[in-house]
Amino acid sequence: MPDRSTLLRVEHLRKVYESATGTVEAIGDISFTMDAGELVCIVGPSGCGKTTLLKCLAGLLRPTSGVVEMDGSPVTGPSPAMAVVFQEYGRSLYPWLTVRGNVELPLRHKRLTRAARNKLVVDALEAVGLAHAARSHPWQLSGGMQQRVAIARAVAYQPDVLIMDEPFAAVDAQTRADLEDLVRELHASRTISVVFVTHDIDESVYLGQRVLVLSTSPTWVQEDLAIDLPPERDQITTRALPRFTELRTHVYDQIQRAKRGQAVAPRSAR
Amino acid sequence: MTAYTGRIASTARSRTVGSRIATSLLYPLGLPTLLLVLWGLVATRTTSRFFPDPLTIAEAFRETWVGPAFVEDVLPSLARLGLGVAASIVLGIAAGTVIGLTRWLRELLEPLLEFLRAIPPPVLIPVVMLLLGITDTMKVVVIASGAVWPILLNTIDGVRGTDSVMTETAESFQVTWWERLWFLVLPAASPRIMAGVRQALSVALILMVISEMFASSSGLGYRIAYFQRNYLIAEMWSGILLLGLVGVFLAVAFGLVERRVLRWYHGIREVNRA
Repeated sequence: MPDRSTLLRVEHLRKVYESATGTVEAIGDISFTMDAGELVCIVGPSGCGKTTLLKCLAGLLRPTSGVVEMDGSPVTGPSPAMAVVFQEYGRSLYPWLTVRGNVELPLRHKRLTRAARNKLVVDALEAVGLAHAARSHPWQLSGGMQQRVAIARAVAYQPDVLIMDEPFAAVDAQTRADLEDLVRELHASRTISVVFVTHDIDESVYLGQRVLVLSTSPTWVQEDLAIDLPPERDQITTRALPRFTELRTHVYDQIQRAKRGQAVAPRSAR
Repeated sequence: MTAYTGRIASTARSRTVGSRIATSLLYPLGLPTLLLVLWGLVATRTTSRFFPDPLTIAEAFRETWVGPAFVEDVLPSLARLGLGVAASIVLGIAAGTVIGLTRWLRELLEPLLEFLRAIPPPVLIPVVMLLLGITDTMKVVVIASGAVWPILLNTIDGVRGTDSVMTETAESFQVTWWERLWFLVLPAASPRIMAGVRQALSVALILMVISEMFASSSGLGYRIAYFQRNYLIAEMWSGILLLGLVGVFLAVAFGLVERRVLRWYHGIREVNRA
């Protein structure tokens, strides 16, 4: 990593949902930092507020208290430095636009020449291996291909951080492996930072340079684990490494502890 | 990067062209032909002068409508219909979008809109006539005042029902307000809007005829009422036939536009069915 500057800083983030039936504390106290160029996976038990955290990062939700900072300035709304890939590709892509139209839409308000815009679209579609499907509509494609379109749309937007919310939860296992490798490859070749939220422990260990394990709601960061696997990863050999098994067992234990409520909150959380 | 080639779904075209044309003609034309024959049989047996046989009606049709009457009566009617429908589409979609996107406006207006929509538009004809006189404008206003409701209410519902993830996507990519309207809100509402337009067309046709029957010196409705009062029975039937044909023409034209506008919508349904 040549660039070691802090890109994303989250400090004492807290989110409380208020409703007529009472208040729900989704996020208790989350703090972490992320360097430029990192690939960080966030994993936690179901219902632990992963999506809430991600929406706060992306500027789609206002935290109740605490700070989210991108490049030193606070995040108050969606920013061109971030692009989100949602879990529900079927509802995130617009069915009335072609694949090309979907990838192009976020670029329309950027002041680009037609040629430059076109180049970004073509380049992004090539990067995800969908150059041949540019003129199709999303609903003509398989689920995995649709999620590739969503990734292409995010990549063409040229963000500093790619924020992915359980992007592969709805695709089959083989497609999922391909898509995981695609994310690692985009991360390596485009010097893009990635925040990858998942509930899949193996996926988090395989993909990440770091894994943040979240506790149950109200959530805090239970563990910040560096993944010391070799940077060149491979679905078969990496997953067969003894170290991979150790790490996934460790993360699994942490999540089990979180579910049983045995983990101890950091001093600052309560 | 491993090349990723996947299948792109497309709709099958398996049947041969010849048999397709044959069936597509036989089915829609079969029953009308049968009914015409039946009508002819009944007409030759009955002594009632109110049921002339199809040939007499066809003759009356040619004499009545082919020629100057087409310019004097049919075209003005169609022009008023077209203007009324166009006005109701523009007004319905514009107002519906604004109301659908503005929560307080929607809550304020919804009961009133339901009330206004429940009023049968023909009863407004005398009122509009008083206000605007017996003019073409009056007829266009009457047509639009009835046809606008299905479009308006459907647009409100369609705009309000925009998918939350799609909206969040637009938000996260900072898509501008106009782009959001044009690329998200209106397309997402378009199936509902088109359903509204379809209803509006039949309402508009009815109102076109009624507004001309009330007070007019030209138009299809005026002619038909005139023939009725003067016992020109075959001519009257020919006018009704022409109205039916106008209705069919409208439906076909609408179908063509709809298939173009909602190609994605029908495509999804086809893929889901397969």
